[in-house]
Amino acid sequence: MSDYNFAYLDEETKRMIRRAILKGVAIPGYQVPFASREMPMPYGWGTGGVQVTAACLTPEDVLKVIDQGADDTTNAVSIRKFFQLTAGVEVTEATAGASLIQTRHRIPEAALTEGQIVVFQVPIPEPLRFLEPRETETRKMHELEEYGLMHVKLYEDIARHGQIATAYAYPVKVEGRYVMDPSPIPKFDNPKLDGSPALMLFGAGREQRIYALPPYTKVVSLDFEDHPFEPSKADHDCDLCGASDTYLDEVIVDDQGGRMFVCSDTDHCRCRREAGHVGRLGVAA
Amino acid sequence: MYVAVKGGERAIDNAHAWLAEERRGDPSVPELGVAQIREQLALSVNRVMAEGSLYDPDLAALAIKQARGDLIEAVFLIRAYRTTLPRFGASQPVDTAAMDCLRRVSATFKDVPGGQVLGPTFDYTHRLLDFKLMAEGEAPVAPGEPVEPAPVPHVTGFLNRDGLIEQEPESDAAPGDLTREPLELPASRALRLQSLARGDEGFVLGMAYSTQRGYARNHAFVGELRIGTCCIEMEIQELGFAVEIGEVELTECETVNQFKGSKTEPPQFTRGYGLTFAQNERKAISMALVDRALRWRELGEDDSGAPAQDEEFVLMHSDNIQATGFLEHIKLPHYVDFQSELELVRKIRAEAIAANKDAPDV
Repeated sequence: MSDYNFAYLDEETKRMIRRAILKGVAIPGYQVPFASREMPMPYGWGTGGVQVTAACLTPEDVLKVIDQGADDTTNAVSIRKFFQLTAGVEVTEATAGASLIQTRHRIPEAALTEGQIVVFQVPIPEPLRFLEPRETETRKMHELEEYGLMHVKLYEDIARHGQIATAYAYPVKVEGRYVMDPSPIPKFDNPKLDGSPALMLFGAGREQRIYALPPYTKVVSLDFEDHPFEPSKADHDCDLCGASDTYLDEVIVDDQGGRMFVCSDTDHCRCRREAGHVGRLGVAA
Repeated sequence: MYVAVKGGERAIDNAHAWLAEERRGDPSVPELGVAQIREQLALSVNRVMAEGSLYDPDLAALAIKQARGDLIEAVFLIRAYRTTLPRFGASQPVDTAAMDCLRRVSATFKDVPGGQVLGPTFDYTHRLLDFKLMAEGEAPVAPGEPVEPAPVPHVTGFLNRDGLIEQEPESDAAPGDLTREPLELPASRALRLQSLARGDEGFVLGMAYSTQRGYARNHAFVGELRIGTCCIEMEIQELGFAVEIGEVELTECETVNQFKGSKTEPPQFTRGYGLTFAQNERKAISMALVDRALRWRELGEDDSGAPAQDEEFVLMHSDNIQATGFLEHIKLPHYVDFQSELELVRKIRAEAIAANKDAPDV
């Protein structure tokens, strides 16, 4: 694919995106508008993440792409292939071996390290969007740090359901200033955002926004003193590797109500099984 | 024993191969040529060029072929290609008054200098299926005779002479570029028009229609609708003057709308404007109506709360590539988020059921 520049985007576009990323890093949690380009995959398939990844990649990088925590979901395969084709970079499934991880809907289970970059695909970057549909209004609310509406929403959840009824894309406050949408990760993953040694970048292509969490940023999930934030997962162990501390997918295995629970992070599960861990339905490696 | 589903890559490759086969259809039927699409499905080609923001009938025809006739998919192919093209510069403003018109009608005057020219229009055809086309006979040749090229001045110019229509303030400022800068609101009229010009024909039509039915009604007369070719000129820096580099077909619609006047201004007609690539008059007229509806603020009108007056609503939802992408993405795997919702609903239900059990019977 020599017809296209390294990692598809032309250098001027990459520079424009890097400027937006730098601004995002300088103001953690602030949504920076950027001139998102039309990519050769549809909006909603990760065009924001792909553009951020393209702007960050160097030929020496090792890339990992996951969707729903898995390396082999169709869209992860497709995006990985895109960068193999256009950038020729080395790819991996190992979290520890990757210098850049593009993800949709999960943060890997294995602890991230300094020097790693995680790129999140973001559908709706505005945490206040479903409370106020107008961008002109929500930008003003961020400017004025006017987040009362969000607290009212969380309070109403408690009044109606006895708890905060948000299970994913759970809003966080960054360094005590901006309320931020962590992308649609399950709230189980929210604690991994806080003080992470890795650089976390968020790209929303259709909505033309980039935001960032520099390493070791303080990220707090919104809650109340008497209703503290609770990361949650299925109340099971992984049926393949026996892990009790990972986010689980529920798999329906028959039409008699039978189901099993497996790690959503396929690389983490495989590593555990290779290390000799065996779950309820697993077989020793 | 359950084994996690693998083979995403093979599934994708196989799906692509199957798609290519389906695209071709029955191989005993001759394959459609790009030139055939360009010549015989010209209005599809025009729509793809307009919404793809790229004037190239051959590429648009190719995109339609590749997209199996799905015009939004074809627009997408053109857009994705377009972003990779280098920018050599900007043309001079196009002089639509100098258009070589093949169609030009005015609804506001019985006759106008330059004449009413129906041109190749469906307007007065009876919509009866022409079964002769199934027999694929030779097309009849339309009668014609040579005409002397004569100037075709803009109809709104006549109204302008008497001060009956608002004057658009002249400006040499370079308009913004929607494809190079993120759209920020409120947007200038130039950016609004840019957005409408590449907006989905169906969406813009629906918005325009809503104004006709009373949602921000502002009765529009088609002052003029003209279709024809215009020269594109570009200033070449080395030469220091503009040279013609080609021509494009355009459709331009200028509407004449009511305006009651304000404290400072006497009653006067106002304008709506639509311009699209190639013959695309439904789009150009729709665009003019929506443009006019969006101008309520600058004309000192009331915001009636109608969708077509709402700049943010219109501009943020008119792009069919953005819309179809976000809409269709919900078919991608979302099982991680669904799982978290599942846990939450189970938990809330369990608590509610337990609470009901504890409650004394009444």
